[in-house]
Amino acid sequence: MTIHDITTSRRAFLAGTGLVIGVAIAPKFLSAARTGVPAGGAGDLKPMNAFVKIGTDDTVTVLSKHIEFGQGPFTGLATLVAEELDADWSQMRAVHSPTDNKIYANLAFGLQGTGGSSSIANAYEQMRKAGATARAMLVAAAAEEWKVPAAEITVEKGRMKHAGSGKESGFGAFADMASRQTPPADPKLKDPKDFVLIGTDLPKLDTREKTNGAAIFTLDIMPDGLLTAVVAHPKHFGAVVKSFDDTDARKVMGVVDIRQIPQGIAVYGENTFAALKGRDELRIDWDLSKAETRSSAELAAEYIRHFDKPGLEATNTGDVAQAFQQPGLQTVEAQIVFPFLAHAPMEPLDAVFIKAADGSVDIYNGAQFPGFDQQVAAKILSLDETKVRVNTQLAGGSFGRKAQFGSPYMQEAASVYAAIGGDRPLKHMWTREDDIQGGFYRPMYAHKMRGAVDAKGRITAWEQIIVGQSIMAKADLDSTSVEGASNLPYRIPNLKVTSHNVTLPIPPLWWRSVGHTHTGFAVETFVDELLTRVGRDPVEGRLALLDAASRHAGVLRKAAEMADWGVTLPEGRARGVAVVESFGSFVAQVADVSVGADGAPRVHKVWCAVDCGVAVNPNIIKAQMEGGIGYGLGAVLFDAVTLDKGGRIMQSNFHDYRSIRINEMPDVSVEIIKSTEKPTGVGEPGVPPIGPAVANAWRKLTDAPVRQLPIVSIMSS
Amino acid sequence: MVTFTLNGKTRTFDGDPETPLLWVIRDFEKLTGTKYGCGVAQCGACTVHLDGMPRRSCITPIAMIDGSDVITIEGIAGKEAEAVQTAWAGLDVPQCGYCQSGQIMSAVALLQMVPKPTDDEIDGAMTGNLCRCATYHRIRAAIHNAANAMEG
Ligand code: FES
Ligand code: FES
Repeated sequence: MTIHDITTSRRAFLAGTGLVIGVAIAPKFLSAARTGVPAGGAGDLKPMNAFVKIGTDDTVTVLSKHIEFGQGPFTGLATLVAEELDADWSQMRAVHSPTDNKIYANLAFGLQGTGGSSSIANAYEQMRKAGATARAMLVAAAAEEWKVPAAEITVEKGRMKHAGSGKESGFGAFADMASRQTPPADPKLKDPKDFVLIGTDLPKLDTREKTNGAAIFTLDIMPDGLLTAVVAHPKHFGAVVKSFDDTDARKVMGVVDIRQIPQGIAVYGENTFAALKGRDELRIDWDLSKAETRSSAELAAEYIRHFDKPGLEATNTGDVAQAFQQPGLQTVEAQIVFPFLAHAPMEPLDAVFIKAADGSVDIYNGAQFPGFDQQVAAKILSLDETKVRVNTQLAGGSFGRKAQFGSPYMQEAASVYAAIGGDRPLKHMWTREDDIQGGFYRPMYAHKMRGAVDAKGRITAWEQIIVGQSIMAKADLDSTSVEGASNLPYRIPNLKVTSHNVTLPIPPLWWRSVGHTHTGFAVETFVDELLTRVGRDPVEGRLALLDAASRHAGVLRKAAEMADWGVTLPEGRARGVAVVESFGSFVAQVADVSVGADGAPRVHKVWCAVDCGVAVNPNIIKAQMEGGIGYGLGAVLFDAVTLDKGGRIMQSNFHDYRSIRINEMPDVSVEIIKSTEKPTGVGEPGVPPIGPAVANAWRKLTDAPVRQLPIVSIMSS
Repeated sequence: MVTFTLNGKTRTFDGDPETPLLWVIRDFEKLTGTKYGCGVAQCGACTVHLDGMPRRSCITPIAMIDGSDVITIEGIAGKEAEAVQTAWAGLDVPQCGYCQSGQIMSAVALLQMVPKPTDDEIDGAMTGNLCRCATYHRIRAAIHNAANAMEG
């Protein structure tokens, strides 16, 4: 098996020699160079371990099985390797691993993929072992050469030393020799108290090339002879092409061809603008007979009708019906409707196809599930899977968008490539309009909640009904619809949570923090409302419902302490709090909010406490909290994808699918709880608390609970 | 035929005169640091310096820039650029990195005009640059750091 690898010119030094701890990795380095054109020679297979390569120039390259789209696996995984290898941080590098569903499986999924904030958690021991293995092989090689016992060799900051003989060397000189050593079966890992790199703010490995324009993303791959293609898509979900007229489109300078594919009409250009201009000139008649033609308002009304029907039971403890009958309780009811949300990663979806002389095809894309991409493309291109190589590229964000079972995006891209045939390389790209209108949204959901609280703030009964699409396409209970609701952290003796799966022609998908995007909001605004109804303080009241020793309570106390919760606030300011566990990490946030000049919430400051076990790189954890807060806040304040009467998608670009901007970004302080628990992820868990924290402050400011999102939609309706 | 300078070199273009500068830079000149994010002047990913001023290259037809001087992320130099890039690295500002060329082009232009910007001036200069990873908090801090470094 030949597996290509791609690297930027900056990393071309890795070519050829050195210790390749990697199974079945041909040292066939393709020089991406400035144009991204792969080129280079083949080499021998080195059947060793899969994650570490050591260069004769002393560099250590970690092959990241997880895609780097800003959440930091390059740096995080390299830290784990460097720790056990006793490497110096300055010698560490990282690249994407090749595609292999076995060798590079996410240990949480069983196939290669990035998601569920799992990168560090699933790789924690695996990467440390890869580093420890490489260290043992280097030491064994040095021991052999120096003729001293391996046990007498020490390693520190990338230098191997033997005190007795005075011998000393870097790794590079022993890379070749080490590569021929037998890897130890069970390398010993460090006691966490001896960590020197894990837990420190190491500079990120990918920062420099992301500040000088050198970082290569999929869109930047420009081989000679490249064709660029865009596809005209329908404005209604489920619509298909009835007929089309491409007479004018074909007249556009630089338009090469136009083909119908299952997803729409593909326009191929000599350059991007030609393809875009050609697409604008198409006249297409769409068949709407199977399309979604209801409006968002009609869909919401339909969702709400489900509340009265029996649902799928997610949890049912105690006796909710009976608990609501008890005297002396205050009862609160709420109904909240959540809109569709687009992920809108900064780089819209794209892929590049390059045919090799032997007819095999290299695909370059931001592959979050590369194995699926490979399978799907091979099928559509009528090639054996071994003839399709998926080369994962840096991606301009994802937020869940690129993690798709069955790779529907790749189905389109490969169809575009297959439809034109020929030998020219092809880039398929989505425009921002394709992205906002392309579906695979965080689904729309409707929640109905009923709760009872006694005078002391004890919540005695809680009933919650959740209606929406099943992301996992399930007929029965979908845990991603109810996560965060069915497993409430609060002590509530009578709890019933049910859900209803709705089927629509609008494809659903996970969106940064999945079910917690809506359950976190519903639960944390509702618990806040119940507590304040009986005069309980939102922090004290929550703590009284939590185990004092729980990690929920730990982050909640910390965030309250950071914010100096309870301090007298200036006129016109209010604070809201929320605490949510997602993907095994615990996050509490306090938001300081006022009514802005435009009447919308103005969030001045957010205090955030996070407990994610061992903090591998505190700086990245903080960055993910800041980013999660900004991403979540933008959506809660501004964002919805809506369908008008007749089902047409109403938003198309950043002017009407708003993103938070720098002037709307609050100041953020983050503190990380010290912990010896195994590390858990941070890519998603920063998102869920911000919405309810802001909404809880907003309720104090306006006396009106937030029952509809985004918040700006309440003000305009 | 359009003639302009790109990072100090004279270039010509004789394709479709409506072609936005963004696609000339990327597809014809193969300089890929300048990014596409929206195509309608809403995100700033395509920001370049046109005759010294920040400009959204996605809505700038090539015919409009005949005789102009274009600088992209690959061509920026000078003390502001150095201070900004150093400050960006110091705070590890980029996450996915896709918006960052545009952010840096806007920040450098700001510091060239206002060496010591206030928060309001930063807002004014940077609101056109979206970052879906929401690195804004660090962008602001990095601009202040760059301004301080230039002063010192
Ligand atoms: S691509 Fe030009 S502003 Fe978005
Ligand atoms: S760093 Fe990802 S969009 Fe800004």
